[in-house]
Amino acid sequence: MSVFYFVAFLSIFFALMTIFTKNPVHSVLYLVITFFTFTVHYILLNAQFLAVVNFIVYMGAIMVLFLFVLMLLNLNKDTEPLKSNLVKFMGVIAGMCLLVTLAASFRLLQISDPVVLKNPDIGLVSNLGKVLFSDFLLPFEISSILLLTAMVGAVLLAKNDPKKV
Amino acid sequence: MELAFVIEKVVLVTLIFVVTLVIAMYSTLAERKVAGFMQDRFGPDRAGPFGILQPLCDGGKFFFKEEIIPAGAHKSLFILGPTIAIITACIGSAVIPWGQSLTIGDRVIELQVTDVNIGVLYMFGVVALGVYGIMLGGWASNNKFSLMGAVRAASQSISYELAMGLALIALLMVTQTLSLKEIVEQQSGFVNWNIWVQPLGFLIFLVCAFAECNRVPFDLPECETELIGGYNLEYSSMKLGLYMFSEYINMFVSSALMATLYFGGYNFPFMYDLGLSQNWITIIGVIVFFAKIFAFIFFFMWIRWTLPRFRYDQLMNLGWKVLIPLAIANIVLTGVITIINDTFF
Amino acid sequence: MESELLSTPQDFVPILIQLIVAAGFGVGTIIITHLIGPKVRTENKLGAFESGVEVIGNARQPFSIKYFIVAILFVIFDIEVIFMYPWAVNFREFGLSGLIEMFVFMGLLLLGFIYIIKRKALEWD
Repeated sequence: MSVFYFVAFLSIFFALMTIFTKNPVHSVLYLVITFFTFTVHYILLNAQFLAVVNFIVYMGAIMVLFLFVLMLLNLNKDTEPLKSNLVKFMGVIAGMCLLVTLAASFRLLQISDPVVLKNPDIGLVSNLGKVLFSDFLLPFEISSILLLTAMVGAVLLAKNDPKKV
Repeated sequence: MELAFVIEKVVLVTLIFVVTLVIAMYSTLAERKVAGFMQDRFGPDRAGPFGILQPLCDGGKFFFKEEIIPAGAHKSLFILGPTIAIITACIGSAVIPWGQSLTIGDRVIELQVTDVNIGVLYMFGVVALGVYGIMLGGWASNNKFSLMGAVRAASQSISYELAMGLALIALLMVTQTLSLKEIVEQQSGFVNWNIWVQPLGFLIFLVCAFAECNRVPFDLPECETELIGGYNLEYSSMKLGLYMFSEYINMFVSSALMATLYFGGYNFPFMYDLGLSQNWITIIGVIVFFAKIFAFIFFFMWIRWTLPRFRYDQLMNLGWKVLIPLAIANIVLTGVITIINDTFF
Repeated sequence: MESELLSTPQDFVPILIQLIVAAGFGVGTIIITHLIGPKVRTENKLGAFESGVEVIGNARQPFSIKYFIVAILFVIFDIEVIFMYPWAVNFREFGLSGLIEMFVFMGLLLLGFIYIIKRKALEWD
């Protein structure tokens, strides 16, 4: 249990660091560490497949994409756009609204009964596969359409038509 | 978890770590010796007999050189880059089974740091993390050549990671387990080696391993003629040393992985027929395993002094338009053949 | 599933040990070399090395969008590959129906792949 609290503390700490640090590259790196602590959480819960998906997809793929985007942008200080006071003011209002909504929803929510897993090994890769390919087959197949859409969208956005240019 | 377990693992980890470092050090010497042999010259032969002290001299020199952090560089990331590179290179070996178990007194010691259920995926994840060290180092240097090298390296390694993952899936369809220990145990003897059922998969994996290690013919991130060194251009002293070290460690670990997955790991023919005791089987197994690893490392070097470098568009085309379709075809082929085998025979 | 095949969080403790040893080595060598190396700083030495040509601007400049396309396609295909692992380890158990299910999944993604190739999104000109 104490391990959980320690790792949870680390997750929250690095998540806050992600927000508060000024340098965007540092921010990405703190987010990577945050994801790493999530991986540790999953391992503690014996959800190995989730742990490894988090490790490979989030830490290994999505964050690399973030780094790429950061490096694509011009990160010199002089090109940093100055945010006007109006934008800051609107940001504060939006943030407060979110906070109020979250607080209200937490007040209304009831604490659910702790769920006891019938099978503690459900998180292992082979067991998860059995469930995924029987009970959740349709969502799985539909997810491939989602990925297809993402692929087409990415290519459409990033690649301009050679005929038009 | 008792204390003895922790101590055992710490000793084992340290031992493997030292062995890894020594092999990485002597790979540098071996590389120059192999180069010398192939080009009909001697290679380093001044420091000690046959130049055997050369890596120590090189290491010492790395330590005593001035370390320079360029004025325009991002200081903390500049230091973080090589550190991440060496850490990701070193943690990969945790799931590789080096041998069976040794029995000392009444204590059975497994010659594997840990046998996790997701060993193959763990290796895949560690490979994926290797990109960070190169990208951060190249970007933090604030040098156009470094940045080009880093971006090239990152694109190359993520492209070949896909083909590698697909090649592994075909292998898993045969083995039905993600634990490296079990994969090795399945391959006992000689005819059970996975290379015989997955030759195409092995070929794809081999090419990807070359690309992931940034070895010739995939060494575009650091080609001297265009990028004067690539992502590690601004590095000096031991930080450069760590980058080079991590490259050789990567080569060692991927050789070990290939031997484990496709060439039976520590298994050798007739290992249970010779009437040896368990400890002796283990010891011979470890020797055999390292012999296989060294054969792969030699192959890496052989290729380096034989093939020229790819052009960048050729490299990307090979990764995306040849290896990925081939790997998918390999999965389909493996699936269909296995199903036919299971149904009709 | 048999109890010997069970994997528990304890199995990952040795990996943590290895991580600590590796990090210790990396940080240690960097600190040692920082302490024992000579330090003679000159302006030329600290400038960026670009083959002797005078440096114009700095390196933090935008580069080709092609690399970005590669990165984003990598993320999508990586998710596909990850989805295939739980299938691959159960492949024999699923038999023919599992094979067909996966072929549908792969077929849809191959469609995307063909689209990418046809749009020449991966051409390096």
